[in-house]
Amino acid sequence: MNLPRARVRRPWRLAAEASALVIAAVVAFPLYWMVLGAFKPAGEIESTEPRPWTLSPTLDSFRRVFGQQEFGRYFLNSVVVAVAVVIASALIAFLAATAVTRFRFRMRTTLLIMFLVAQMVPVEALTIPLFFVMRDLGQLNTLWSLILPHIAFSLPFAIWMLRGFVKAVPTALEEAACIDGASRARFLWQILFPLVLPGLVATSVFSFISTWNDFLFAKSFIISDISQSTLPMALLVFYKPDEPDWGGVMAASTVMTIPVLVFFVLVQRRLVSGLGGAVKD
Amino acid sequence: MSAPVKSEPLGRARVPVPSGAPRTSPRRVRRRSAGPWLYLAPALVVLGGLLAYPIYQLGLISLFHYTQAQVSGGEPTSFQGLGNYRRLFADPQFWQVLSATVVFAAACVVSTLVVGCALAVLLTRVRALPRLALMLAALGAWATPAITGSTVWLFLFDPDFGPVNRVLGLGDHSWTYGRFSAFFLVLLEVVWCSFPFVMVTVYAGIRAVPSEVLEAAALDGASQWRIWRSVLAPMLRPILVVVTIQSVIWDFKVFTQIYVMTNGGGIAGQNLVLNVYAYQQAFASSQYSLGAAIGVVMLLILLAVTLVYLRLLRRQGEEL
Repeated sequence: MNLPRARVRRPWRLAAEASALVIAAVVAFPLYWMVLGAFKPAGEIESTEPRPWTLSPTLDSFRRVFGQQEFGRYFLNSVVVAVAVVIASALIAFLAATAVTRFRFRMRTTLLIMFLVAQMVPVEALTIPLFFVMRDLGQLNTLWSLILPHIAFSLPFAIWMLRGFVKAVPTALEEAACIDGASRARFLWQILFPLVLPGLVATSVFSFISTWNDFLFAKSFIISDISQSTLPMALLVFYKPDEPDWGGVMAASTVMTIPVLVFFVLVQRRLVSGLGGAVKD
Repeated sequence: MSAPVKSEPLGRARVPVPSGAPRTSPRRVRRRSAGPWLYLAPALVVLGGLLAYPIYQLGLISLFHYTQAQVSGGEPTSFQGLGNYRRLFADPQFWQVLSATVVFAAACVVSTLVVGCALAVLLTRVRALPRLALMLAALGAWATPAITGSTVWLFLFDPDFGPVNRVLGLGDHSWTYGRFSAFFLVLLEVVWCSFPFVMVTVYAGIRAVPSEVLEAAALDGASQWRIWRSVLAPMLRPILVVVTIQSVIWDFKVFTQIYVMTNGGGIAGQNLVLNVYAYQQAFASSQYSLGAAIGVVMLLILLAVTLVYLRLLRRQGEEL
């Protein structure tokens, strides 16, 4: 909305800009405080006169975090689970989204509604039956017990969102490819797939975040073999309600937040346009 | 995505048939029926096995007596019918938790929407630099994992070492001790991490409104509030419906924030919401069947919300 600039009176615009900057600072403050807390020496964190800066930054807290038994292992587990879920759900959702946009068949609308309904299922409530499913499959304490449910839970939203991207690829392209003798598989993977890739990236953000952030499944399904645990569990080691090691918690939080932030900044534009597409569609 | 190109089924591409021609070719009919299901198969297998089947199991468990003894196989499971539900509905704590969940979710949704929409409008009033600053800050809050967000907000409001009490001069006032202040603290965190979705989406929606419409309204002497209420809001209605419903669904299911910030539901369970309550019943008290019954209640409530959403979509004439 580009209102004619002259109509927004100057003092008002300045006030708006000032408040935008103040709000930005307030919104960013918790993140700043987190990073600051990670670098502060122990004496300054546990001080009753907290200062919003530090003159003697130290890596002590990070050392404690990385020195924790198997922290590297936790990090690696988190990465493995998140990458596996992102790739698997992107591929499966791509095929499904193609099916519901490029074909007309009976039950198409029913299926779409079911995908929509599936989005609202409270994951946490299903922890109970999933626990038994995983136990029966013998997958408790393995990374599969985290990967499989997360694929299932990120699929409905991914399909729903990808639909718009697949739809936007003109059918003429498909016809041209067919006339040139491309097989259906070839069209799918060599023409449609690259064209939909931006949408896949935007969709991946959501599956990545929900998988990366999860601590409920990790807490419930990885019960005895700690070496299969993920990052959030490592963070909770430092967070004991009665006497939290705030330096360690902030350092671990920083380590856990950075990959998501990087991912977000990388796909930021796609994400916004992807959302716009999903919403308007 | 309002692509003017009408998508056509894959099967039609090979034999170009003028639209409206009778569909008689048996070959095409067969393709048409098998093709999509082949593409859908992986998704349906995964969703069937790990979503539909667990939901069925959830319902089943809620009808049995299922505690630690049955899990370890020490005692046989016994069918209870609706016994678990009767026990649940007779429990005053359930009703207390249910009403707390509804009120808390409503407060979160309203605050998130108000903050998100207000900031979206603000974004359209400012030049590039402040806009970029606010966008980046919001994206940062959005990207923060719920669990780290929770611990950071706790640290900010820590009675001993947090900066907030210092600035407000509250001494060592504990925010997590009282029921309402604990809920309020969680609400702040929830709003902080969920308003960016609303803001970005609504902002994108406002940008898509043609500027002539707004200019015309402004020329006619409409106030800012009036423009928002009579021009923007109606045009943004579809987007507002989406963000409202998504917020309702998300906020009704809040788990991590409550679990981490109030240490599993607060003192004597004063900050329990349904999701955490179900989890605690199942995994802390080993009352799996009661936990499952609570899960079913939640599912039904969210299903009702989704049905309302579908109706609204239909009324807007959205083609699925």
